[in-house]
Amino acid sequence: MKILEDLLYTEDHEWIRKENSEVIEGITDYAQSELQDIIYLELPEVGAEVKQGEPIGSIEAVKAVSDLYAGVSGKIVEVNSELEEKPELINKDPYEAGWIVKIEPSDPDELNTLLEPSEYRELIEKEE
Amino acid sequence: MNFIPISEQERDKMLEVIGKGIQELFSAIPEDLQLKTPLNFPSPLSELEVKREVQKLEKNNRELIHFAGGGIYDHYIPSVLKHITGRPEFYTAYTPYQPEVSQGTLQAMFEYQSMISDLTGMEVANASIYDGATALSEAVCMAIAVKKRKKVVLSEGINPHYLRVIKTYLRGSYPIEMIPLKGGFSEIDTKKIDKETACVVIQHPNYLGNLEEVSSFVEKAKSVGALSILSFDPISLAILKTPGEFDVDIATAEGQSLGIPMSLGGAHLGIFTTKRKFIRKMPGRLAGQTVDNEGRVGYVMVLQTREQHIRRERATSNICTNQQLCALSAALYLSVMGCEGLKEVANQTTQKAHYLAKQLKNANFKLPYNKNNKRFFREFVVRIPYGAKRAIDSGLKKGYLVGIDLGKFKKEWENNLLISVTEKRTKAEIDNLVEILSKAG
Repeated sequence: MKILEDLLYTEDHEWIRKENSEVIEGITDYAQSELQDIIYLELPEVGAEVKQGEPIGSIEAVKAVSDLYAGVSGKIVEVNSELEEKPELINKDPYEAGWIVKIEPSDPDELNTLLEPSEYRELIEKEE
Repeated sequence: MNFIPISEQERDKMLEVIGKGIQELFSAIPEDLQLKTPLNFPSPLSELEVKREVQKLEKNNRELIHFAGGGIYDHYIPSVLKHITGRPEFYTAYTPYQPEVSQGTLQAMFEYQSMISDLTGMEVANASIYDGATALSEAVCMAIAVKKRKKVVLSEGINPHYLRVIKTYLRGSYPIEMIPLKGGFSEIDTKKIDKETACVVIQHPNYLGNLEEVSSFVEKAKSVGALSILSFDPISLAILKTPGEFDVDIATAEGQSLGIPMSLGGAHLGIFTTKRKFIRKMPGRLAGQTVDNEGRVGYVMVLQTREQHIRRERATSNICTNQQLCALSAALYLSVMGCEGLKEVANQTTQKAHYLAKQLKNANFKLPYNKNNKRFFREFVVRIPYGAKRAIDSGLKKGYLVGIDLGKFKKEWENNLLISVTEKRTKAEIDNLVEILSKAG
């Protein structure tokens, strides 16, 4: 299972990448392999205010639906519109082309509450 | 399978194994709700005795000539329907959804959905839900889920029974604004429909039978970003503008008039339709057409990830079933009648209703909500100076169910009788009704 060293993670299997004043969020390689073939995404609207840990959308695979939780609080500044036509990008490339939302964080300290790569590795080893 | 209940000895043995008394098992139920005495049932009867009892009750049944409607209508049911719905493959209490064993049922569902979609002009129809009231209530819940807004705006012209079911569903957790009726028509009140509004709900024809100005409500809902919901009469769509043509977001109906007998409490048919873009928030089951691994056409349940058994508490609805036998009846009715047949039913229905209205006016009755005598489909209100109840009682003596006493719903509707007509009513029956109402006073 691929876990990138330069990212932060949530217990709900999202990854967070800091990029200037924004953060990019997606779901991890482990999450996409558990969900399997992703066929539809319900994404938040750009401009929506979100709170850390609250559901902001859902990811629908052939046999399951999973909620997407906000990794940090803030404002949605962009959603990956390419996923509308090609939701399978999340399966193929969860950390790059399969990114899901960009958030402008309202409280940068929240990033400290997220999991480091080593902590996330431990978490999924336990789940497996 | 054995349907004989356990004996007292067996029950005691089971309780002994789990080490609990029966009282303990019911401890979660508040004391004051517990029934402490045995149910007041007569002692068991033999099969012969039961048969005698039922036959005795059956004699109380009376064939009446129906002029009562209010959502349930006495249309003719072609006899071929019962021969097909009565086939054991279809006539089962359990709806089989497994594609391996249920291609017939699933295809019937798919055909039903396609016909309802054609009839309504709406992009998507589900495989049906319980009845007209639940269909409309589910539509309101769906709009709340889609818009993530709380306020619900309802017309007073909606069937009062449906309004009660909607209010029960919402359980006081969502603010409800009512659009009042003026002269029998919903009066659009722009102040009540705002950016907090999840949906605007209207019935057309409304409960009093009148044809509403649907377009202005749809436009108003659109202008504030709310969904528009229409409760319709399926028979009327053969000659009236369809929900699709009005561009409403969700359209629902009671489907009983499509080949399903009138019966107290159902089983009836909840028709539910919407736009394709809302399909993932739509309640109920959905059948789809696909191909198997050898390329042969087959039918399966689709988009089940919307539903409660997968989506759990985040599902829009708790409904995980459909009214399969009733939906099958509706599909059969529509295919037996065809476009022309359905138009004929609708035309006869409306022409006979207008004839009756005219005859009542000629007999000096007042139709308080139909001043111009034009804007109604099959149903209208007539004022009974001597009281609607007396009219109903004298009708029953002659074998006629003359209508619905509207006074039971609202004080301001007292002395009003809601009369409904279908293609089944003959000229002689209609003329008799006028005479009964004229003489009852």
